[in-house]
Amino acid sequence: MSEKLDRLAACLEKKFKGRLLGLTQARGEITIQVAPDDWLPLARMLRDDPELGFEMLVDVCGVDYMAYGVTEWATEASSSEGFSRGVEAATFGRFTFDEAPAAGGHEGPRFAAVYHLLSISHNHRLRVRCFCPDDEFPVLPSAVEVWSCANWFEREAFDLFGIVFEGHPDLRRILTDYGFVGHPFRKDFPLVGHVEMRYDPEQQRVIYQPVTIEPRVLVPRVIRDDHRYLDDSAEETSADA
Amino acid sequence: MPEIRNYTLNFGPQHPAAHGVLRLVLEMDGEVVQRADPHIGLLHRGTEKLAESKPYNQSIGYMDRLDYMSMMCNEHGYCMAIERLLGIEPPLRAQYIRVMFDEITRILNHLLWLGTHALDVGAMTMFLYCFREREDLVDCYEAVSGSRMHATYYRPGGVARDLPDTMAQYQPSRWKSKADVAVLNKERQGGLLDFIEAFTERFPTKVDEYETLLTENRIWRQRTVGIGVVDPERALQLGFTGPMLRGSGVEWDLRKKQPYAAYDRVDFDIPVGVNGDSYDRYLVRMEEMRQSNRIIRQCVEWLKNNPGPVRVDDRKIMAPAREEMKADMESLIHHFKLFTEGYCVPQGEAYATVEHPKGEFGVYMISDGANKPYRVKVRPPGYVHLSALDEMSRGHMLADVVTLIGSLDIVFGEIDR
Repeated sequence: MSEKLDRLAACLEKKFKGRLLGLTQARGEITIQVAPDDWLPLARMLRDDPELGFEMLVDVCGVDYMAYGVTEWATEASSSEGFSRGVEAATFGRFTFDEAPAAGGHEGPRFAAVYHLLSISHNHRLRVRCFCPDDEFPVLPSAVEVWSCANWFEREAFDLFGIVFEGHPDLRRILTDYGFVGHPFRKDFPLVGHVEMRYDPEQQRVIYQPVTIEPRVLVPRVIRDDHRYLDDSAEETSADA
Repeated sequence: MPEIRNYTLNFGPQHPAAHGVLRLVLEMDGEVVQRADPHIGLLHRGTEKLAESKPYNQSIGYMDRLDYMSMMCNEHGYCMAIERLLGIEPPLRAQYIRVMFDEITRILNHLLWLGTHALDVGAMTMFLYCFREREDLVDCYEAVSGSRMHATYYRPGGVARDLPDTMAQYQPSRWKSKADVAVLNKERQGGLLDFIEAFTERFPTKVDEYETLLTENRIWRQRTVGIGVVDPERALQLGFTGPMLRGSGVEWDLRKKQPYAAYDRVDFDIPVGVNGDSYDRYLVRMEEMRQSNRIIRQCVEWLKNNPGPVRVDDRKIMAPAREEMKADMESLIHHFKLFTEGYCVPQGEAYATVEHPKGEFGVYMISDGANKPYRVKVRPPGYVHLSALDEMSRGHMLADVVTLIGSLDIVFGEIDR
């Protein structure tokens, strides 16, 4: 398995010389990073090159890296007040719209699309990550003309993250309600949402109103860096397996 | 000469043949479909976002509710993604249990698909027959997890508990006499494995029964042969997986090509279609049920002969046994930490995929080292298949759209997520 991966990695490095922004191999999977301007020509090569042969686009996943590594409970020692008082509402499960943190507290570009490719002929997989250059108005080229099934996946990433795919034939919202405002999977979009819907017996129709429920996620987000998580040996061994 | 215009037809969201909450806007020319525009998302619950706000183990139950017709297969994909990030491998017995329940789930799913598909096309009897067999299989779910549908049985690092030695018994009641109960309980005297074995012995004849009703049936063939033909190249372009891809003649099954759990240790065949129409997809799925039955038999035999642990022995990931927790301070601490904070998963990303009854079900998970996933993306097979409905239904009659929806085998829990 690992030999096969090495071969694919070498092949990618040879063919895409100078156009790969990164190539990592971990846990038996290869991830490459490409620039948005290069993405379409590279995608065509990935599909048509007989040595690569990625006939199938398996998945497109939007990612918002805004809150990567953010924790809510950094207390090192317990206090007499108990631990919950040390918790900050830093992730979307714990704040409402008014308290949402301003974007820009992170390093590097915020939005990315992650493509998973599969080659039936060679039986290998590849992950391609493409960051959007502009955080305010994330744009990526659309891969629909290379793989038809990108259509709905890109509509989904647009709907949930607001990533605009240039050249998409029909970029409409797909999963959210008709007339929905905002992009719900962004990390500054609270879990309780924006508006709620109910039937109003007086007006005899369905109305939208600001949410009345409170954020109620109880478990804080923590990152433990004790000895269990310090060594990277797990990554190396599983990459070899 | 009267003016003939195209008109739009609204199909669903509340329509028995829409298999849930599909709203289909059809542009019709007479009775011929010109364009189909599926409107989905009516069942969107934000599963992925919810999973990002909870410790890893608390989202296993959400996975059941994605494709609520193949519950354990969804869990399998999710648990495998976590296991890959953690770098752990469940014990072999757990792997066999997972394979067995994946295949039970496959039969469950295909039985429901067959029943509803046939019902849509006009064969009422199938539905009743299929649900008769489903009843036994959901009993197996109940025996291991206490729940007949949303099992939450798989856990990262194994399964929740070992297979039970006894089956629940029917009790006499106002509706069931003692004699009825005795018949029902006849196969429930042994353990779960005996019950499953008895099922696998009678199931192939049941599949034959279904086939006598449909395979050569003139109406069934008129309704399915040549409907929604997809050639292999197009199937790959459209991202088809599972029976949809195999129906088009592409030999591709993750259980064979990229084996996971214990699939490389069991013997089975992969049926492949020829014409890529609804009828071939039907044949593929029927044969898959027979093959699943074969796999289950092999698993039962192995599990009977090989007792052993079903959970990894790592207290930082899997909680200790209840008895241990009551007696040992350290176990109590582990238990408390696991059920409040959960475990932290090393930084990184993983894409784990299983051969789900409907196709390739993948879970892409990004971890930033926290006790909650940073991003969970579910790759639902039905979503991709439904996106091809427009192309498949063009030029077909309105009634064929119903056949196509049945043939796609879609469930809205996974499409809308």
